[in-house]
Amino acid sequence: MRYLPKSPSERQEMLETIGARSIEELFQSIPEKFRLRAPLTLPGPLSEAEIIQYFQARAAENSRGYTSFLGAGVYSHLRSVVTDSLIQRGEFLTSYTPYQAEFAQGTLTAIFEFQTLMCQLTGQEVANASMYDGSTALTEAVLMAERLTGRHRVLVARSVHPEYRHVLQTYAKNLGIEIEEVGYTESGQLDRAALKQESLAQAAAIVVQSPNFFGVIEELPAMAEIAHAAGSLLVTSIAEAVSLGIVRPPAEADIVAMEGQSFGIPPSYGGPYVGVIATRDKYVRQMPGRLAGQTTDAEGRRGFVLTLATREQHIRREKATSNICTNEALYALAATIHLCLLGKEGLREQALQNLAKARFAQAELENIPGVRRVFSGPSFNEFVLEFPRSVKMVNADLLREKIIGPFALGIHYPELTKRALVCVTETTPRVEIERLSAAIKRILERPV
Amino acid sequence: MNSKSIDIEASAGKILKVREHPNQNEGLIFEKSAPGKRGMELPPLDVPAVDPVKALGSEFTRDAIEGFPEVSEIEVIRHFTRLSTWNYAIDLGMYPLGSCTMKYNPRVNEFVARLDGLATEHPEQPAEVSQGCLRILYDLQKCLLSITGMDAATLQPVAGAQGELTGLLMIRAYLQSQGNPRKTVLIPDSAHGTNPASVVIAGYEVKNIKSNARGQIDTDHLREFCTEDVAALMLTNPSTLGVFEERIAEIAAILHERGALLYMDGANMNALAGVTRPGDFGVDVMHLNLHKTFSTPHGGGGPGAGPVLVKRILEPFLPVPVVLQKEDGKFALDFNRPKSVGRVRAYCGNFGVLLRALAYTLAYGPGMRQATEDAVLNSNYIRKKLEDVFDLPYSLPSMHEVVFSDARQKKHGVNTMDIAKRLIDYGFHPYTTAFPLIVPGAMMIEPTESESKEECDFFIEAMRSIAAEAETNPELVKTAPHSTRVGRLDEVAAARKPILRWKP
Repeated sequence: MRYLPKSPSERQEMLETIGARSIEELFQSIPEKFRLRAPLTLPGPLSEAEIIQYFQARAAENSRGYTSFLGAGVYSHLRSVVTDSLIQRGEFLTSYTPYQAEFAQGTLTAIFEFQTLMCQLTGQEVANASMYDGSTALTEAVLMAERLTGRHRVLVARSVHPEYRHVLQTYAKNLGIEIEEVGYTESGQLDRAALKQESLAQAAAIVVQSPNFFGVIEELPAMAEIAHAAGSLLVTSIAEAVSLGIVRPPAEADIVAMEGQSFGIPPSYGGPYVGVIATRDKYVRQMPGRLAGQTTDAEGRRGFVLTLATREQHIRREKATSNICTNEALYALAATIHLCLLGKEGLREQALQNLAKARFAQAELENIPGVRRVFSGPSFNEFVLEFPRSVKMVNADLLREKIIGPFALGIHYPELTKRALVCVTETTPRVEIERLSAAIKRILERPV
Repeated sequence: MNSKSIDIEASAGKILKVREHPNQNEGLIFEKSAPGKRGMELPPLDVPAVDPVKALGSEFTRDAIEGFPEVSEIEVIRHFTRLSTWNYAIDLGMYPLGSCTMKYNPRVNEFVARLDGLATEHPEQPAEVSQGCLRILYDLQKCLLSITGMDAATLQPVAGAQGELTGLLMIRAYLQSQGNPRKTVLIPDSAHGTNPASVVIAGYEVKNIKSNARGQIDTDHLREFCTEDVAALMLTNPSTLGVFEERIAEIAAILHERGALLYMDGANMNALAGVTRPGDFGVDVMHLNLHKTFSTPHGGGGPGAGPVLVKRILEPFLPVPVVLQKEDGKFALDFNRPKSVGRVRAYCGNFGVLLRALAYTLAYGPGMRQATEDAVLNSNYIRKKLEDVFDLPYSLPSMHEVVFSDARQKKHGVNTMDIAKRLIDYGFHPYTTAFPLIVPGAMMIEPTESESKEECDFFIEAMRSIAAEAETNPELVKTAPHSTRVGRLDEVAAARKPILRWKP
């Protein structure tokens, strides 16, 4: 087998050194009756060429050749080949968590740069070495708010990504955290009038997403004021990180939980991505996850180490701030490289292109008789449209024209049937937007 | 760059010698930034431009980001390539971190994960155009069930710790459905730190149980501790000492008699794959670390994946969605599962990691047993060749890893961390130090199957040489490493006055 570097005679020689007559002898501590007698029933073994064949066949069963207007938390953006080639260097790809700092300065330095970039983007003072993704980062941010305030209720906007809320519910259920959902207005923003004083007084945090699941940007400064006046915190989730190239950063939030997939990481059917938690300096000791910090060696040379580990499970065990061990280091590295390539001007230009494309698409689609825009609040690269018939039917017809239509909101919002979330990024060519618009027009003209 | 980096030594003979290579002096990317540079250009906009302030309002927009890097493509390439040279990696040599299973990460797995039609797929796209992704998930589930002897699986958890939590939530939901979720989870003192931390998030209390003098679960103790309040025992098998729990059947029986379940932390599955199946020896729920046993790259700390495998009784409680094959042969995601514990992560988990694990499994097929055998062979070989110079606190047969202690070297003032750091000078990554907690001064060595006899011999030679140094020149060991870009770093200062970001 090509991955195994031993010849039969070397195996024999090693067994002799050990003093074992057979390899079976090394497994004698496993009770006899539990030892497998038959080989595993697995497909394979496959050569490299056959492995490639298998996966190429699977790729052909997916959506190649289709144009997609899906966003809803996962975005298709331009990526440079530089990012992918650098993260495939074995020194990054095949190294472990940098606990042995002297032998892992590459990873640690990159993490330190990642933390810096995340602070610059979010307007926060400190960011960690990354979390699993946006959904779990939000959950951890809420648990952190609970620890900081000692309060056990959270007010969560219904316009937060439904799957993020679902993850939060799963975690909160057994921790005595009460989740109160707060609706939205016609602007698509959180309904401030629905925030009850008595709830606020008990709330660890108000939790919003911006741009929210409807693509609408929330009024974070006002929200922070309301939260702080009641002694609670503002937790802000961000699913579309490219927005930060042009949209005001959530500097007033107390904790920011972000999905960094938009920064050079492919959609890859849901992962791996990279989550971020950023917050104020004063809250750092309640933060979950790894942190890289700057220090020096005995000769005064700058170096980086994992630090403040007394928050973490391998030291604190059941008293840790979280059970998280992993960070998504390789994809934090990808995001760092990607952002360095784009740079100050590139990120802004990319965000502006998203905004312009979305505005163009919105105008095109709103022009179709019977189609109307649902929310009036400011939006970035996603917006909600209402169709005169079920989104499911429209999307089924679009699929026949090799278009993956917008995200049907009715699945998660019973009151929003016939509404769909359209996403357009810098990767969506104008002709495809026009093709979508023409297709929808044709579909709607046909009798049901 | 700081002044040291261009510290050039002029000799009398007009020869200029750069004393330190630029690799050694690479600064931070922010320190290379200069206005107007960029490393990536976008195609021109093909729709009318929009004024952001007009479109969004000035209260919703920002100016350019202060301090954000401005560098060219070649500078990015050089910067990160230079940083990479400061890392050790499996591609460079043996990485004997016990409990971490640092094995070869096959390159074909990287290739297939990036295929157009796989890397490009959106998790919300309709099942009609996701059959390939769904089949990959389904095929992997089938393989993992076959390897573990379990009945049902979820691939959603994205790390071992998240797998633990998911498994515990399912145990809670199952017991709740029987009328009482119970209060405590038993954890041996040799367990990973994530175990107790996960137990707390699942809403249980931790009760630690002591290992016996042989480093195994004390079954008498277990009988005494396993009251009506106990929901489960979380067991790592082989234990973190690298030793199989010989009385595993008895342990399972004690738990089952009292209505409790057996959770197995599969961190050490690399000792078992193809040789024995947890499903056969009484495990009710377990997780696997695909970034360990199934070769997906650690990438400097993640991503990982922590699928959970369960017995039939726990199947109704799996997280949503569940991947299934319909009668017409098509694959689908099933969301309609009323007893589900919910969702532990958005979408279907770390698909890109799961895909690599399947590629690994297909490469071996039933031959996976050979990998397990080689891993156990390597660890026993190293044990045999080092047991005369290092203290072996538990003498039970080793499986895929061997745990020594620094007891003998301590007499010369040299501890496990010193020896670990000195290994760096010999070109090896350190082994795991100071874990498991039940071994004072632990040196936990896991070579994996990826090491040749030659590489094992080099390692043995290095360890023996360090043992000799500990006697003859302890200072040399205590001040190691001597060959890295930076020496031992001041971790106390880092924690006391944390500097966690660059500032201009």
